[in-house]
Amino acid sequence: MTDRATPPMKALYQQLILDHYRNPRNRGELEEDGSTVEIHVRNPTCGDEIRLQLRVEEDRIQDIKFLGDGCSISQAAVSMMTTILKGKELDEAFGVTRRFTGMMHGDEEAARDPALGNLRSLAGVSRFPVRVKCALLGFEALQEAMKKSRSREEG
Amino acid sequence: MASPATHPPTDSPALAGSQSLGPRPGGSGPELDVEAIRADFPILHQEVNGRPLVYLDNAATSQKPAVVVEAIEGFYRRDNANVHRGLHELSRRSTERYEGARGVVASWLGVEDPGEVIWTRGATEAINLVARSWGDSHLREGDEILLTDLEHHSNLVPWQMLAARTGARLRYLELDDEGELILDDLPRILEGGRVRIAAISQVSNALGTLNPVAEIARQVKAHGGLVLVDGAQGAAHAPVRIPDLGIDFYAFSGHKMCGPTGVGVLWARRELLEAMEPFQGGGDMIDEVHRDHSTWAQLPYKFEAGTPNISGAIGLAEAIRYLNAVGAERILAHEQRLVRRTMKALEAMPGIRLFGPGDPAHRAGVVSFTMEGTHPHDIATILDSEGVAIRAGHHCAQLVMKRYGVAATARASFYLYNTEAEVDRLVESLGTVREIFG
Ligand SMILES: Cc1ncc(COP(=O)(O)O)c(C=O)c1O
Repeated sequence: MTDRATPPMKALYQQLILDHYRNPRNRGELEEDGSTVEIHVRNPTCGDEIRLQLRVEEDRIQDIKFLGDGCSISQAAVSMMTTILKGKELDEAFGVTRRFTGMMHGDEEAARDPALGNLRSLAGVSRFPVRVKCALLGFEALQEAMKKSRSREEG
Repeated sequence: MASPATHPPTDSPALAGSQSLGPRPGGSGPELDVEAIRADFPILHQEVNGRPLVYLDNAATSQKPAVVVEAIEGFYRRDNANVHRGLHELSRRSTERYEGARGVVASWLGVEDPGEVIWTRGATEAINLVARSWGDSHLREGDEILLTDLEHHSNLVPWQMLAARTGARLRYLELDDEGELILDDLPRILEGGRVRIAAISQVSNALGTLNPVAEIARQVKAHGGLVLVDGAQGAAHAPVRIPDLGIDFYAFSGHKMCGPTGVGVLWARRELLEAMEPFQGGGDMIDEVHRDHSTWAQLPYKFEAGTPNISGAIGLAEAIRYLNAVGAERILAHEQRLVRRTMKALEAMPGIRLFGPGDPAHRAGVVSFTMEGTHPHDIATILDSEGVAIRAGHHCAQLVMKRYGVAATARASFYLYNTEAEVDRLVESLGTVREIFG
């Protein structure tokens, strides 16, 4: 990293985040079938967007992919999110969502939860309220997708 | 103050003697004494994130000189009362100052009839007023509204809503690769004889382009259409004289030109306003009220329902006096000097893409750009960490973003109080962005 960047910038733009921004994981499209759900979210104020696809079988995220366009925070967060959630049960995924949202709103205990894995590198975002919604965009899509999947199974 | 209705000329070291200089053609006048101007703007003298503030988000809103802040405060301290209502001394003063402000706007615009100056909340409300009050009764299916791809959403959405109500069709002037309107299409569009109104911006907030509004107006009017100019940026950054533009409606906001938020103006030709229905109903806009109907007040009150933004009008008039004393041509020339310096520095940085006219003389003080591999939001966050305020996003101009195939740009926008040293701070902080993002 750099000599010029201030400490908050160094905390915000960690190598791990920049790496996920430049080399997003699970980027692409799933072949659609009866077990896939897809959600498209947009942040109208800044134009960031994410299209998230889940393949859910027996209440478990068997596969997850996204396409997106936006800032380093929104795109790194969704990339990290996919790596953590692949193979997880929906209840676990809801739990990760709650912990991550808590961390974004400054909950330090949530930020220590090992279940968040790499996502903990985004803890610095909580100091930048205008960027919190960037970090949460992927989770917004995730929650919608999981709800859609559950209601389909029940319906 | 002996008489609340009269104002001493703006007394600022920056402006000493400048009133007698009058307007200067082509920006050839002496350069601004920017340090003296900066002394007039209290907000500029602060640190942000440990560095002196560099405010380069002027296209979003401008800062206010102390004279404007004091005019508003003075009104509330000494003269506040409702206008046109009380028979008491304070109401007399308040009314006099409010109407005096209207006169300041009229003479600054170069129009003789203050009855043609309608106070609004801003440019957005002024445009909506025309789309409603003129549009609803003058447009029908098959008529056309001419817009451009350069417009701010404020000068698009009200027309889309009008088109949906009336069945009118929207036509667009397109942009060339440099962010200039392609006028070659205009004769073909106008040939059909269906364009009833053209709504175009004088200056683009997204790219800074100075549009040839007088030329467009000449052609549209020759084919029997009316012309509305969105002057939200133009009033702040370009010289404005309505008679030279040859247009029918002019809309602008106070806050972009050193005035307060929540006040703006619609200027329109009297015969058009006379023929238009009111925009909103309420107090102050009526003549007689009966159980089943009412009659309307004369101009401009017919369009000013309810208690207006009195202090806002007074503050805007003070801002106009201030800017007028500096001189619009000199301000524009100053902005163009800063644009030239910025463009030159950015052109030398690898991976930077500049949007808008290549010739700084074709733009007001706006530089929109992207940086390869770095999203505009990240640029704005890093700049802010070093005290440099810019805007990142679509700038309420999604058609412009679409035209150039980007979701967002970073935008630095200048005003009379910005300095070359601040341009250098911007460039230096872009270096930090480069270091972080590689
Ligand atoms: C070109 C242009 N038109 C219209 C507007 C709308 O102005 P306001 O929000 O003050 O009504 C703006 C300001 O953002 C602008 O830049």
